[in-house]
Amino acid sequence: MDTFQRLSSTFKRLLEAFLLVMAVVVLNFLLIQLAPGDPVEVIVGEMGGASEELMAQLRAQYGLDRPVIEQLGIYVGKVLTGDLGYSYYFNTPVLDLLLQRVPATVLLVMTALFLSVLVGTIAGAVSAKKPDGIGSHIVTIISLVGYSAPVFWIGMMLIILFASMWPIFPVAGMYSIRRPDGFAYYVDILHHLALPAITLATIYVAFYSRLARTSMIEVLGQDYIRTARAKGLSERKVVWKHGLKNGLIPIVTMVGLQFGQLFAGAVLVETVFNWPGLGRLAYESILRRDYPTLLGILLFSAVLVMIANALTDLAYRWIDPRIRKT
Amino acid sequence: MKHWKSFLAATCLAALGAGSALAQSSVVIGTPGVPRHFNGAIQSGIYTFLPSANIFASPLRYSDSWEPEPYLAESWEVSDDGLTVTLKLKDGVTFHDGEPLTSADVAFSIETIKENHPFKTMLEPVESVDTPDDLTAVINLAHPHPALLLAMSPTLMPIIPEHIYGPDNGPIRENPANLAPVGSGPFKMEEYKQGEFYKLVKNEDFFLEDKPKLDEIYVQIFPDVKSILLALERGDIDMVTFLSSPRDLSRLEENDDLVVESDLGQAIGPINWIAYNTKKEPLNKVEVRQAINYAIDRDFILNVLLQGKAPLASGPIDPGSPLANPDVEGYDLDLEKAAAMLDEAGYPVGDDGMRFTLTGDTTIADEEMGRNVLQYMKAQLKKIGVGLELRLAPDFPTWAKRISNYDFDITIDKVFNWGDPVIGVNRTYVSSNIRPGVIWSNTQQYENPKVDQLLADAATETDPAKRKALYDEFQTIVVDDSPIYFLNVIPYSTVYQKGLTGVPDGIWGAVAPMDDMAWEE
Repeated sequence: MDTFQRLSSTFKRLLEAFLLVMAVVVLNFLLIQLAPGDPVEVIVGEMGGASEELMAQLRAQYGLDRPVIEQLGIYVGKVLTGDLGYSYYFNTPVLDLLLQRVPATVLLVMTALFLSVLVGTIAGAVSAKKPDGIGSHIVTIISLVGYSAPVFWIGMMLIILFASMWPIFPVAGMYSIRRPDGFAYYVDILHHLALPAITLATIYVAFYSRLARTSMIEVLGQDYIRTARAKGLSERKVVWKHGLKNGLIPIVTMVGLQFGQLFAGAVLVETVFNWPGLGRLAYESILRRDYPTLLGILLFSAVLVMIANALTDLAYRWIDPRIRKT
Repeated sequence: MKHWKSFLAATCLAALGAGSALAQSSVVIGTPGVPRHFNGAIQSGIYTFLPSANIFASPLRYSDSWEPEPYLAESWEVSDDGLTVTLKLKDGVTFHDGEPLTSADVAFSIETIKENHPFKTMLEPVESVDTPDDLTAVINLAHPHPALLLAMSPTLMPIIPEHIYGPDNGPIRENPANLAPVGSGPFKMEEYKQGEFYKLVKNEDFFLEDKPKLDEIYVQIFPDVKSILLALERGDIDMVTFLSSPRDLSRLEENDDLVVESDLGQAIGPINWIAYNTKKEPLNKVEVRQAINYAIDRDFILNVLLQGKAPLASGPIDPGSPLANPDVEGYDLDLEKAAAMLDEAGYPVGDDGMRFTLTGDTTIADEEMGRNVLQYMKAQLKKIGVGLELRLAPDFPTWAKRISNYDFDITIDKVFNWGDPVIGVNRTYVSSNIRPGVIWSNTQQYENPKVDQLLADAATETDPAKRKALYDEFQTIVVDDSPIYFLNVIPYSTVYQKGLTGVPDGIWGAVAPMDDMAWEE
């Protein structure tokens, strides 16, 4: 592949990505318009009533009195210049609001992802060693339950168990409201992180353990594993070094593909645990018809998912040298 | 491994210890609502009023009686003709930024509120405010306006500094100081994290001596009431305001560590009722509306559905108000009478045993005072041959759109008095306020010239006894005409940990200055 070809293929990918993001923006914008009632009604609701004049004033201030197509044009134009608009409800530029919330969501999602891949892979690999053993069946059953239970239900059960009946974890939030100083502050955040991260990780642990199990059973049956065993390598080396490296490939694929879903799960978990991230912001902005905020979050997650997919491609190349050559 | 564990436990304990040491001078309040901003001069609603009444001071304040007390104003005087109100301000009051508070700020605030506040009728008769000297403000009225005294409460008339919110700093709706407010009240805004929490700290230069007693107030925002309850029971938070669910209140009352204060907020006057669309067949006939009232056992709603936690509201004015008239038609349950009235009105029972079918609206979130009431009504109305089809709106804007565009037969509605009837009561009944697309206007489309006249007269009547007589008659007529069947006062309660004292429990409930609040020694 010469340089020109490589450049043009990169350009093509970027163009595709751009068009995709624009499609996300337009589609979301139009979808939101389908919900009955507008933001001004929500604002008036919380004010306990208002006059016609004030409602008209607010609609004019936010440009809601213009035709939908014109509003869309204005919004797309703004997005192209990097302006995500102004939140009707929080009275703040949307970008500021997003940046305030990103760290909390990243912390939660990444912790959950790490936990689920780690625990899931180990459980899967262990059960693959003896596919008909008791351990394998236990893993299968637990993962089935974890995968089918709704994530918010798991969250509420954990709250009832570990925050109410046996109160060792806080019930909500990311830190104690009277924030401790220094190192204790970080311990406090970890303390708050535990339940939501475990909740979000649960379904994915189930998912990854099943994936790892299937993949490892297949890999461990292949010729090169027999060769490795014939060489006299220890079972540990065979499974964890030779086997796992190839067995990981489908998991990495799924991590990339599921990144977006993990975000979707975060909406529920953040709402249940009052975690101050993007997911809860999304939930609040839907309830309040805060279109700019919601669109901003959707746009942001679309971009994030695309970045995750690109990273997945890179990760493939690193794990599997064969892909590098093609 | 063992070391690591004990280290973690030790730090956790240290963190907890630090928390309880601070607890003596600070209070954490849990709330389910996000304030859009903190400037109560241009934004209403309990989530703005609570911080606004603590950050800003107002000319007058009220405790648990309806008699005004001095606050920023040392004295006040209404002229004999009722056309001017003169305020004498306390000397030496400063805003949180150190600038002095003068009569110019009072004039600016009153003009700003008149111009921008959602409650239009509150200051409508104000023509101008004169400022003969720095400490005197004279409010000139187009006609007598007895509602003005209640409107000078911390909830409704925050005095905002002109040098911060004035026109020099751009349009007031976009002023950044709405989120970083500067007032002269007992507490200063220190930090706000949108949608998470805000922190108020003691104003060391507050103009009332030895107040406020607390050093810090945190208001933590939760996504739902259930997690607030859990946090309160665990002691993570110290206080919750505006709790109203009878089920939640019963649960908290059983907790020995908590105090449930329900007898407060009469000026807010939050009333839950059944509203009829009086322009729509068959509800355009007053006999039909009355017949439906007679088919409903209000005592059952109050005592069983609402577990006796919510007081009866027999009419449009909160029963705790001196203007309330309890001697109105009670519509005691009488199914035979109801059926006879419907026969007479020309709606005989059809072959299928039914006369007609109506729709009943509420939002899905409104369970105890909405959905349950409608379910009960459905069963009751069936007994007199009237069908009721429930329409549960998924959220508030969906419901508001339907009701404000008259796309309904019957709806559960909750409307607040907000002080004087002129501010929050008239809007529901005067025919000039039938405005499509505006929720909490006269969405019943009720028209009665006599009522219009009574309310207009009462608005300007300065003699308290005569005024009361006018409102008494108004209440009798409205209950008879029945554009609305009144059910209950929403039992908004403040719940707090034992040991907390001076919690506001006056006529403005929790949306009042918390300058007296403190932990017991």
